[in-house]
Amino acid sequence: MQRKAINIFKNLDYISILLYLALVFMGWLNIYAAVYNDEYNSIIDISQKYGKQLMWIFITFGFIAAILLIDSKVYSLGSYFIYGLMMLVLVSVLFLGKEVNGARSWFQLGFIKFQPAEFAKFATCLAMAKFMSRFNFKMMTFKNLILLGIICFTPAALIILQNDTGSALVYTSFVLVFYRQGLPGIILGLMFIAVAIFILTLITSSLITLSIILLGGVLGYYIVNKNKKECFFSIIFISIIFSLTKLCFYLFDIDKSDYKILLYSALFFLPFALIYSFKKRIKYALISIVIISGAIGFNSSVHYIFENVLEKHQSQRIKIMLGIESDPYGKGYNVNQSKIAIGSGGLTGKGFLKGTQTKYDFVPEQSTDFIFCTIGEEWGFGGSFVVISIFLTLILRLIFLAERQRSRFSRIYGYGVASIFIFHLAINIGMTIGLAPVIGIPLPFFSYGGSSLLSFSILLFIFIKLDSNRLELFG
Amino acid sequence: MKQFEQRKFTIGILIILVGILLLSRLFYIQVIEDKYKVSAENNSQRIITNYPARGLIYDRNGKLLVSNQATYDLMVIPRRVKNIDIKDFCKILDIDTLTFNKKLKKCKRYSQYRPSIFMPQINYETYAILQEKMHKFQGFFVQTRTLRKYQYNSAAHVLGYIAEVNNREIKKNSYYTMGDYIGKSGVEYTYEKYLRGVKGRTINLVDVHNRIKGKYKNGAYDIHPVIGSNIKLTIDIDLQMYAEKLMQNKRGSVVAIEPSTGEILAKVSAPSYDPNLFVGNLRNKYYRIYRKDKNKPLFDRAMMATYPPGSIFKLPQALIALEEGVINENTEFPCHGGYQVGNFRLKCHVHSSPLDLKHSIQQSCNAYYCYTFRRILEQEKYKRPREAYKVWRQYIKSFGFDSKLGVDIPYERSGFIPNVKYWDKKYRTQRWKALNIISLSIGQGDILITPLQMANMGASIANRGYYKTPHIVKEISNNTIDSSYVNLHKVNISKEYFKPVIEGMEMAVNKPKGTGRLAYTKDIDICGKTGTVQNPHGADHSVFLAFAPKDNPKIALIIYVENGVWGSRYAAPIAGLLIEKYLKGNISKSKKGLEKRMVEADLITEKE
Ligand SMILES: [Zn+2]
Repeated sequence: MQRKAINIFKNLDYISILLYLALVFMGWLNIYAAVYNDEYNSIIDISQKYGKQLMWIFITFGFIAAILLIDSKVYSLGSYFIYGLMMLVLVSVLFLGKEVNGARSWFQLGFIKFQPAEFAKFATCLAMAKFMSRFNFKMMTFKNLILLGIICFTPAALIILQNDTGSALVYTSFVLVFYRQGLPGIILGLMFIAVAIFILTLITSSLITLSIILLGGVLGYYIVNKNKKECFFSIIFISIIFSLTKLCFYLFDIDKSDYKILLYSALFFLPFALIYSFKKRIKYALISIVIISGAIGFNSSVHYIFENVLEKHQSQRIKIMLGIESDPYGKGYNVNQSKIAIGSGGLTGKGFLKGTQTKYDFVPEQSTDFIFCTIGEEWGFGGSFVVISIFLTLILRLIFLAERQRSRFSRIYGYGVASIFIFHLAINIGMTIGLAPVIGIPLPFFSYGGSSLLSFSILLFIFIKLDSNRLELFG
Repeated sequence: MKQFEQRKFTIGILIILVGILLLSRLFYIQVIEDKYKVSAENNSQRIITNYPARGLIYDRNGKLLVSNQATYDLMVIPRRVKNIDIKDFCKILDIDTLTFNKKLKKCKRYSQYRPSIFMPQINYETYAILQEKMHKFQGFFVQTRTLRKYQYNSAAHVLGYIAEVNNREIKKNSYYTMGDYIGKSGVEYTYEKYLRGVKGRTINLVDVHNRIKGKYKNGAYDIHPVIGSNIKLTIDIDLQMYAEKLMQNKRGSVVAIEPSTGEILAKVSAPSYDPNLFVGNLRNKYYRIYRKDKNKPLFDRAMMATYPPGSIFKLPQALIALEEGVINENTEFPCHGGYQVGNFRLKCHVHSSPLDLKHSIQQSCNAYYCYTFRRILEQEKYKRPREAYKVWRQYIKSFGFDSKLGVDIPYERSGFIPNVKYWDKKYRTQRWKALNIISLSIGQGDILITPLQMANMGASIANRGYYKTPHIVKEISNNTIDSSYVNLHKVNISKEYFKPVIEGMEMAVNKPKGTGRLAYTKDIDICGKTGTVQNPHGADHSVFLAFAPKDNPKIALIIYVENGVWGSRYAAPIAGLLIEKYLKGNISKSKKGLEKRMVEADLITEKE
């Protein structure tokens, strides 16, 4: 027994643990700063917040010790069980949970409140890793994609039902894991193109975006096939159809926007292009035309999605993020105030506990979703740089650790952990500086709240435990 | 899986790119751009919401019913409370230090940095003293609000009340924010959009001492408030109050309509409540008390209670029979204490026999309508009673029954006239007989009608064949009322058939043996019909439908007095008094005794 325990501590990755401890410590200092008040008579309220967080840190350390002591086989063998259990908890919170701000996502046990959605992350990560580490697993089979989809979308759907769309979006980050395990790179590329089209359509117009899609298609064709004449001809072809249609519509007094006319012209052109490229046996003809058609279709439905599929407050947040709509005292209040707080920090910051923007009433939810404001204001760009660097180092370290695993289960799980961290880092900090819509997800180890601290720590330390046993072969 | 190992570099680069993106944006905001530093300096802004005065409400004669009164809420932002002289502060507010600490603690628990109400509705004198010394009490400020003031303790159900918005309302309409007031019932609810106006916003810059230094960006982000529109109701407040007085200590309702326009002259649901008790923070307390009251004062009986119509239903029955041609005004039927077929017997009171149509209305004979209803349902041309019933139901629906009329007061009920499927299910056959549903002939059985719908039928009869949708708002300043209130709704009965029916109603009030004699009023030609609603839970309800004068009617009304036993006992005299009050302005001497009896009648405590 004695020997084994020593072995456990010997094989732990102390770099990750040190980075983790640094983040937790800085996180706690920041919560202290965010709620600190040098004015009189406010000890009671405040001591509750940073005191509570300290208590949660100790509870978390207890859990970490337990995780490290449990035999690591448990995580692999019990992954489906843990996952099933967490899904049950997610379902039951829908019926038995406590409603806070219109979201029914909390459980109240005595004086402790906790949010099951947070804990669903590591459970889903375990189940996904277990599934993908099956012997002879192939990413790109229909059955596997469906089952994988079910594993990841079940928690997301349940969390959306709790009215907490932000937390559900975390699962999209697993696409990085899938990519590492063999998802074709083109899908990642297509996702990127879809996001680009979405944003471009909103900030410019459907017409400009469509023109860019068509020119992009021609440019892509040129890069692959190096045929100037054909590219030139395509552009002329579409332009002529466009002009003719516009002329006809003008003569017959049909009122259609330029966008519609260009859309018709493009749709008219595509079949010709398809036939031509088949005859000439041009490389990647079908797939390119399918992608271009898809892009055109997506472009035409962006406004519909934006107005009818997204909820009003969601589309508004996106508008504010893209700067289409500015409402510094209404819906855009949080972001505007948080930018002011961060911006006022300057290069070196105002100093610990010296922040004024986060001290007063300006940034709402400053100890939870907008905790980064306190870092930005009190520690300036220097502090922001340090915090982000530590996060990046930790995430890259996790990838390094994942790659040295012999067990596929451990490697996939490690990638899952890294994906969740990078997603939270990017979106949380992104929303405080206007780079991402405000979807209300916490910054790991910094945001106030026991559920989030504990769940991120569990997520991380299961991997550190798995890593410490990497030399033992199993699973 | 070795084939994909190289992808770790792509992923690593992606992660580093995300980091670079965040850091470069941060570098831009924190180091390069100066805008945010300047912003932070004058970020000491205080947003003040300017609530516009809510529209006033008048009665049809221009008497002011609802106005506004200013109140002052003492607000606090706990974080900003700094070095104040607590003793002095407490002295002004007339509280002790302990209370002060308790209140402040409560506000802190709500929020450190958002304003919360430290003390609601302080009086004007306190406000004036505080305002002078406000610079000494950092963190505190006074928010002026207007609350409703009701000039008469009357018409509570019509006017409704306003209260703070709840989360559901905020979610539904982005105009509202926490702490705003919104109309919750009555006219305040229906015409909220007009009454509220548009709230404004001022953004002030304040210095470290919380003194206002001017407007943020010269008021570029300010919004000017727009005052709410005034509203003129169709209610006659004198009639309304008189009706409430007559209905005191009784359960029931009164609805009076001007037939030619559909304007509601009075709408009473008794017992009611005092609207002034539903103002500001009194409301919570009284709402709870009233909600527990077993007489349900919050329940608007005039529109939400549904009863079987009782004998008053004989009026549309007679009209439909005439229109269908199964009787004419001279048709006579015998009645010897009731209607009897085989084992079936429906009782009637003692009167001479046979009776013709007018006398059947005057004396409210049950047998007459059993014969009539059977004739309607058993016509050859419809083959089966089921088919005839469908036709009959269309006639009934044209009076506005079985659907909401569309009155501009919320929570109207539609009542219920069964369709043939209902009877098919009840009798488990499509071949049910007229006798199965014979109790409908006299308005008993499975039909439900609201007092408002009954009053509307009264208006339709008074108009000899049409009605306009009853409504409560006459004018909205700078706006027009909904055009649907001007439209004419035809009842499917020809004008000529109303004559004998109305004459029967006239005889009921004005001729000996009439069931509505107690409504008789000298010099006014009142037409009326009594009704008794069977009540399985206690004494029957007394009902009376009337309109006057017979030619060119000015008012049609329905009276329900729960547990009033017979239509003639309470409902008829109250109807007579109300008509006299409305048409003449006061009550003649000869009727003072009757008036006193009605006012003093107590049907609520008597029972207990
Ligand atoms: Zn009779």
